[in-house]
Order: sequence, then structure tokens, then C-alpha cells
Amino acid sequence: MSAMTPQIAPSAAARVNPVAKLGAALVISVTLLLSVDIVSASVALVLTLALVAFAGLRARSFWIRTAPVWFAAPFAAITTILYGEDSGAQVAQLGIATISEGSLLLGVAIMLRVLAIGIPGVVLMATTDPTELADGLSQVARLPARFVLGGLAGMRMIGLFIDDWRAMARARRARGVADTGAIRRFASQAFALLVLAIRRGSKLATAMEAKGFGAASTRTWARESTFGWPETLLVGIGVVIAGAAVVSAVIAGTWSFVLG
Amino acid sequence: MTGAHVHASGWGWTHAGRTRPAVSGIDLWIDAGERVLLLGASGAGKSTLLHGLAGVLGGDEEGEQTGTLRIDARSPVDSRGTVGLVLQDPDSQIVMARVGDDVAFACENLGVPRDEIWRRVHWALDAVGLDVPLDHPTSQLSGGQVQRLVLAGILAMRPRLLLLDEPTANLDPEGVRDVRDVVDHVARETGMTLIIVEHRVAVWQDVASRVVVLEPGGGILADGPSREVLASEGARLAERGIWVPEHPPELPDRTPREPGEPLMHADGLVVGRTPFAQKEPVIAASDLSFELRAGSTTTVLGPNGAGKSTLALTIAGLLRPVAGTLEAAPPLAAGVVPQPHRWKSRELLTRIGTVFQHPEHQFLTGTVRAELAVGPRALRLTDEEVTARVDALLERLRLGHLADANPFTLSGGEKRRLSVATVLASRPRMLVLDEPTFGQDARTWRELVLLLRGLADNGASIVAVTHDEPFVDALAENVIRLGSPQGVLR
Repeated sequence: MSAMTPQIAPSAAARVNPVAKLGAALVISVTLLLSVDIVSASVALVLTLALVAFAGLRARSFWIRTAPVWFAAPFAAITTILYGEDSGAQVAQLGIATISEGSLLLGVAIMLRVLAIGIPGVVLMATTDPTELADGLSQVARLPARFVLGGLAGMRMIGLFIDDWRAMARARRARGVADTGAIRRFASQAFALLVLAIRRGSKLATAMEAKGFGAASTRTWARESTFGWPETLLVGIGVVIAGAAVVSAVIAGTWSFVLG
Repeated sequence: MTGAHVHASGWGWTHAGRTRPAVSGIDLWIDAGERVLLLGASGAGKSTLLHGLAGVLGGDEEGEQTGTLRIDARSPVDSRGTVGLVLQDPDSQIVMARVGDDVAFACENLGVPRDEIWRRVHWALDAVGLDVPLDHPTSQLSGGQVQRLVLAGILAMRPRLLLLDEPTANLDPEGVRDVRDVVDHVARETGMTLIIVEHRVAVWQDVASRVVVLEPGGGILADGPSREVLASEGARLAERGIWVPEHPPELPDRTPREPGEPLMHADGLVVGRTPFAQKEPVIAASDLSFELRAGSTTTVLGPNGAGKSTLALTIAGLLRPVAGTLEAAPPLAAGVVPQPHRWKSRELLTRIGTVFQHPEHQFLTGTVRAELAVGPRALRLTDEEVTARVDALLERLRLGHLADANPFTLSGGEKRRLSVATVLASRPRMLVLDEPTFGQDARTWRELVLLLRGLADNGASIVAVTHDEPFVDALAENVIRLGSPQGVLR
């Protein structure tokens, strides 16, 4: 098991074309970016968390993968609360930072947004195979194969770079220069890795070219990527969630269009 | 299906920014279905010719072409799908994350219909004898399996001309024979034309019916039926560093000597490495007990995946033993703790020197001269002493004319000589080498053997991981033989 060939538990989410997942996530995220208020973000968060239950992720795996989001969200909130634009009554004063009702509300709204955009995004990626995503992006979303497959092949090399990095670290120890100057050594090792990466990359490019990659003839696909009713349904659900978030915020009177 | 024929007429190629052509004046006709072994000293342009035939040298920005090169009367660039090229370094040629997808990749590019692609994938994997599920991750294959996978990906294209650039480098002897037999079998079955570049003539001389030898200065040195060319030109080829079975590199006889004092001993040693982002090490080899003495040479043998490199790195103090004992004796430890992995980087320098499998991993500077000075400077020697050591090594390893060159731009043989020289510069009592002769021509090979013999005679203890049987015969008093793979670790 590795990042390139994750073992994905069979689930409703795992069967859906990754392009549809990406589409649904985009619809919700873009909608949430249009307004900064508590109601729209809360509605979207609650509805998407209900969907996450169908992703087939085990509890442990869910918490480990989404931990960075849970960690980042409160920080975004605190920063906004302390340093955000003040409005309304002042609640507290801490040194140069003032907390007002306005910045407090804004902070909570931002925290909910980070969660509502971040959690489903992480969960969708955890149920997606990179190869399948590339197939979908090329065949369904019609992005250029040269670009998508080039990126996929490049990602596969990350494992080789990790091995290279460790070998170079050992070599530096063996050559007597690993006792001091950790920062300088890191910089020079990073540069050496870059040189190696370019050499590996150009070799991979040659190998791909020799296998007819980028030739003028029409490419076929060994794995079919389709967009059927489950995909349409998922994108539809995304639209419904986004719509529900906007409608409830407008009804509650909290919707504030950022561009307006 | 029949093979493609090849016609070169006054062909040559000069890489952009170079004044001398990498290859020039090639006049060659190869019939459909012929099997050719392409030989030549290091730098004779064998790989460039293969790249040219595969149409991957690039356009005018990459270099300048002279003469013509034709495959079935068409230019190589217009012959995609007709020509299959297997390059050196199979790791860098895998494109996809799963075995089946990787084999299918070339067929997809060539527009083969889906059903036909999967038929070919099964056929190709079957032909190379790679018996793993289609969804097996390509990152979890042994060295031999990777080489088979790369070959399968090319065979699935159904090429009519197959080009192989050192297809068996870095495989254990059994893997070498397997891959050779696969190529032989597939070529017979499909009638494809075959051109193989390989240092090791012995492996391929029965597969190839014809030998073509490139002359480093340009043109062709010899061309004809394998046996005739090897018989009539064998001595001349051997002189140029080509491995000819009847003309092995000549080495003076060696009188066996009494081994010196013990420098290191292992008792119930277990070695392994910890994969990225994991806590528990994966065991590579276990229950190892041995003694390494001054003035003696020990080789570590075993099939791909048996843990040879892991053991070498552990002996070199670069990996922590998983369990058991590995201790330096007082003459080697010389006042510091006995466990090599606990030594400081600078303390390692004068005690154990390591020559890595890939020289690129160990180069730190921009010139050959600076590279040689790294160790002596870390030892804080005086400027005069540093210069004296560097100059002596430049002379001794024939690197003087390259003193100001960038180490990364050297040829394979030069890189190997430099990587050995950098280690010698700090004069360690023990030397650990990982596949030192891999990919080397006969001339560099002989120099390495003589150099290591000399070091052992002067009291150094040498440990070398190798697949190279003649190297073992020429050097080793002791052998550590590791068993079959204990789980693949890459």
C-alpha cells in the first residue's frame, strides 16, 4: 500500500467517479466562499458530515486524516477573532488585540467554513485512487492527457525521491560532513535532490516518449471512466447542499455577499 | 509479424553544446529478424545510436544529426510503435502505479482498442514470466521483477525492432539468465529484429547472431557473425575494455597471506530498514555472525532482495542494527565506543569508508578536485596535506585531466573511480563497497581489482557487495552468502 495505490474500502463514495466528487466539492466550496456567515457554513457542514457517513471510512482513519483540518480551523478562528476587523460592541481587550462582537462572529464563521470545505475534501480524496482520478480528468473532464498523465507519472516518482534523499543523507554521514551545519547541509542536499530529480524526470520523459506518449495519433484508454447516474446524483446532492446553505442564510438574514 | 530492417547511412549525432560527435560515420544494414549485439568501449556512442533508432534524441535544439537513419525506409520519429526501447535504470521507466496499467500504457498511446490492450497485457506479462496480479503496486517489485515489467511494457507494443540498453545490469546471475531467455524466446516467437547493447558478451553471444563494434572515434570497428568477430577481433576488443569471454582482464597471481588482526565482529546480527512514515523496521537479513579482519577481503553475495546492501550499510555504521551485536574491535574503534552506528560522522571517516551503489548520491561539490578534498578537509588536515593527498589520488586513478570537471558530468567509469578515490582520501582502515563493478567496462574493472588488492595488502579490511562472480574469484578470501529474499524492500 502506498499513496499511489491506496487500499480503498468498498463504499458508495469509492465507486463514484472521482470527477463527480471533485465537482460536488467544488460547488459547495465556491458557494461557501461567496459569503462569510455562520448559518450557511453550519448548514453545509451538517449536511456534508451526514454524507461522509457513506464514504466507508473507519472512525480511526477518519480522525487521523481529518486531524489537520480540525487543528487548523480553531487557529483560523482565533486569528480572526483577535486581529479581524472590529465591529459592534467590544467584548474584551488583550494588549493590542481587541475582541468585538463582529470579529467574534466572523471568527466562528471562518472556522465553520474551514471545516465545511476541508472535511469533505479530505474524505473524498481518501476514497479516491490517483490513477482513477487521472482517468476521470482526461476522459470525463477532457483535460489534456499529456498534462494529466505527466502529473500522475511524476507523482509516482516521489517514492524514488524519498529513497534518494535517505541515501544522500547516509552518504553525507559517511563522508564526514554530517556533524555540523545542519541547515546548510539540508540546503545543499535539497539542491542535490533537485539535480537528481531532473535527471530521473528526463529519463522518465524519454521512456514515455519511446512508448509513444504524446504522439499525434488518438489515444485509447485501457480503463474506462464513465459519468452515469450515480455521478449525476452526487453532483446534484452537492448543488442541493450549496442551495440549502444559501437559502437558509438568506432566510435567516445573515447572507452577506463578499463581492456585493 | 516480421521484424523491421534498419539502414544507417553516414549517420552521426552531436549533442547540443558539444564539439565532438557522440557517434559518427555509421553505415549499417540490419535485415529484418536479425539479432545484433552492439559493442564498443565506454563513450563509443552505443546508447546514442539506440536513442536515435528509437527516435527519442529530440529535435534540432537537442543536437545535430548527420547522414540518415531509416527503419523500414521511414525515419525513426515516424516509426512510433514499430520500435521498442528498454533503457538502463528500469526504476525510472515505470509510468503507472499498478503493474497491469503500466504494461497497458504504451498500447494506450498507440491507440490500441481496449479489449486488445488487455489481451496484450496478459500475453506480455506471461511472456516475461512476471506472475503478479494486474493491480499489484509497481513500487513493490524486486529488481528482477522491475526489469521484467519494463520489458513487458515494451513487448505489449508488439514492436518489430526491439532495442535493449544493458537490460540485465544490476540483476543477480539467475535474473540475468532469466531475462536473456525471455528475450531470446520472444524474439524467436515474434521474429522481431533485436539490437542489444551490453558489456557482458558471454551472456548474449548465443542469442545474437551478429556482432557490431563501434569505434569511439567514429565509424564501425568490426561487423560480422558473432563467433567470427569475437575470434578474430577478441584481443583488440578486450584491449578497449570490452568483456570478451576468451580474453578476460589479465591479473597477476596473488599469494595467499595470513589475515591480520580482527577489526569487527557480528554475532546474531539482524539488519533491516524502516520504511518511510513507519515505526517498525522491515527485516532484510537475520542471524548473521562473522568476523572482518585487517588485510582481508570479504564479499557479500546473494540474490536480489536478500538484504546485501542493508547489511553493507549497517557494517558501514550508516544503519542501526535491528538486533544482535555488531562491534568494532579496539584497533578499529581506536578510542571511541565500539558500535559504528553511534560514531560521529567525522569519526567514521578514518575508520570506515563507504562507496555507494549510485555515485551520484555521494557527490557533494562542483569539481572533481573539491570532491576529493571533502574528506581531508573534514579531518581538518593542513592545506599542504590536503593538496598532497588530492594530487596523489588524481594521478593514481587517472582523473588528473578531469580535475576541474563537474562530477555529475563524468562517464560511468570515471564516476566510479572518483567515488572510490573520495573514500581513499581519508585513508579509512575499512572499506565498504556496494556493487563497485556494476556497469563497468573491463578496463575499469581491472583497475578496481588491482587497487583493492593493493589496499588489502596494506592492511585495509574490504567488504564488497556484488553479483560479479569474476570479481569474487579475483579478490575474496571470505564470503558472506545471504539467502533468498525475506520480503521485498525497496
